[in-house]
Amino acid sequence: MWKKIKTQWFGNVRGDILAGIVVALALIPEAIAFSIIAGVNPMVGLYASFSIAVIIAFVGGRPGMISAATGAMALLMVPLVRDHGLEYLLAATILTGVIQIIFGVFKVAKIMKFIPRAVMIGFVNALAILIFMAQVPHFVGINNLTYVFVAITLAIVYIVPRFFRAVPAPLIALVVLTAAAIYAGFDLRTVGDLGTISQTLPTFLLPDVPANLETLMIILPYSLALAVVGLLESLLTANIVDDMTGTPSDKNKESRGQGIANFVTGFFGGMAGCAMIGQSIINVKSGGRGRLSALVAGVFLMFLIIVLGNVVIQIPMPVLVGIMIMVSIGTFDWSSFTYLKKAPKADSIVMLATVAIVVYTHDLSIGVLAGVLLSAIFFVAKISKIKVNKKLLEGTHYEVVGQLFFASVEDFLEKFDYEVEGQKIIIDFTEAHIWDDSGVGAVDRVVLKFRENRNNVEIIGLDTGSQKLIDQLAIFKSGNAKLPTH
Amino acid sequence: MYNQILLAVDGSDHSERAAKEAVKLASGSAESQVTIVFVADYDNSKNEVLHSGSSMELDLKRRKKLQPIEETLAAGDVKYKVEVLHGTPGPTIVEFANKEKFDILVIGSRGLNGLQEMVLGSVSHKVVKRANCPVLIVK
Repeated sequence: MWKKIKTQWFGNVRGDILAGIVVALALIPEAIAFSIIAGVNPMVGLYASFSIAVIIAFVGGRPGMISAATGAMALLMVPLVRDHGLEYLLAATILTGVIQIIFGVFKVAKIMKFIPRAVMIGFVNALAILIFMAQVPHFVGINNLTYVFVAITLAIVYIVPRFFRAVPAPLIALVVLTAAAIYAGFDLRTVGDLGTISQTLPTFLLPDVPANLETLMIILPYSLALAVVGLLESLLTANIVDDMTGTPSDKNKESRGQGIANFVTGFFGGMAGCAMIGQSIINVKSGGRGRLSALVAGVFLMFLIIVLGNVVIQIPMPVLVGIMIMVSIGTFDWSSFTYLKKAPKADSIVMLATVAIVVYTHDLSIGVLAGVLLSAIFFVAKISKIKVNKKLLEGTHYEVVGQLFFASVEDFLEKFDYEVEGQKIIIDFTEAHIWDDSGVGAVDRVVLKFRENRNNVEIIGLDTGSQKLIDQLAIFKSGNAKLPTH
Repeated sequence: MYNQILLAVDGSDHSERAAKEAVKLASGSAESQVTIVFVADYDNSKNEVLHSGSSMELDLKRRKKLQPIEETLAAGDVKYKVEVLHGTPGPTIVEFANKEKFDILVIGSRGLNGLQEMVLGSVSHKVVKRANCPVLIVK
């Protein structure tokens, strides 16, 4: 136990500290931009990023993963902040934490496997599109200089890394262009126009909301959506970090950890967050492997804000917009286009539907839910195709092929010719499986209907599972059973 | 003689040709062993995880890429083992090659992505510059 703690914390001190610093630098513009998306003061995102990163370092289940304020979560908060204000967001953040802790305790992480690939691909694509759309009001139709700054930012973030990688390119763009804007006194909107930066550490506060049922009913839907989306992105990120580092992680501990982090963050004036795919990749690529890197990232971020707070408000908005456009391009799964060509039609439809629903509702959780339901329906539709081959040997021989359950019962019943009398009928289930009481009920109906006309019915080839269900539920075994009349 | 041969592959046609050369080198000595190294690129990790149902499925996909190469070595009756590493291909191959003792490193001249290569420079180029052992680049 002690040894494990030691390797997770101090197994890679040098790499973790360096990577943590790189991540802190890359986090600043994102934390500010996501605050602006959510419609809150930049400090809310910065406090959240500090608090979540530091807490996750201790309680997370995936060392090397970076969690902070994220775009996916920010997008979900927009209506809550707009209609009810920051205090309700903080309350919702605390409740999100509680829900995630419960999810973690009940090992909901396992449910992740029920979320089809197509839905996950749709999720990241929708996220990318929404982040991009959130930038549009900040750069379209303001002035030409704004376009120029966005373009220069994009040029810097895409070209500089080809030659120089020690400092994250977004930070270079931020420093150079902020300096240029201040020096030349350009007419650009700045972070200061959208909020204030306070150079103080976060303090413990209870959210200023009435503690009643009405408040709960306001925040609960948001908290549920935040909890689900947060876990979804966190567990996807954990899988990516697992793969990159070739090490396993404790997904339930991570769910619980995300919950604890959000719970505490709400009391310290931060917005709900989750694991960040992009930052985690930056962390691992920069050599971060242990818990120390997340801790360093959080602490260093707070240190920078306290030291540089009055510079931060002078960051021109177009620079943040450029960085966010880069984030959305990086988030989008560009291989989706080949996926659409290669994947089965049903999967492509699920993916596109997930994206479309999210973009329409601006709510990632609804899109995911709809995507999961849609693929479940497609799955049932596909699997419920049942075939019954009729052969005339000695008597009539029916071969059933497929899955017999509630969705295939109707097809199954139509496949038999009940008009015969006094014959020998064999129904062969070798290539079939009976799944539920509807399936057993259907077999009952067929058998009893044939018997009504004095046919001799025999059922063969049941596998163990189907046989067990028939033994438990079927009524036709007793020779003189009657067709239930309903 | 070349006893310890490192064969760096990415599943492209060039790496299959490199495998054939590795077989020729290995047949020079009865004790030769080929180590196939494949680097799962950090930059592809997000995409690959997203498009695989489970880590097992992803492992299988990667091993499948190596199948033609393994077949080539098996057909040549060469002893071999497979190492799948994670990282940025160039530096990761170099680090692995320099950490263990190899008599020669065999690598294809060009990988999967022509566009990336134009901007980033090729993996084989980096390997030639930084590996301590002799390098055979196969066109």
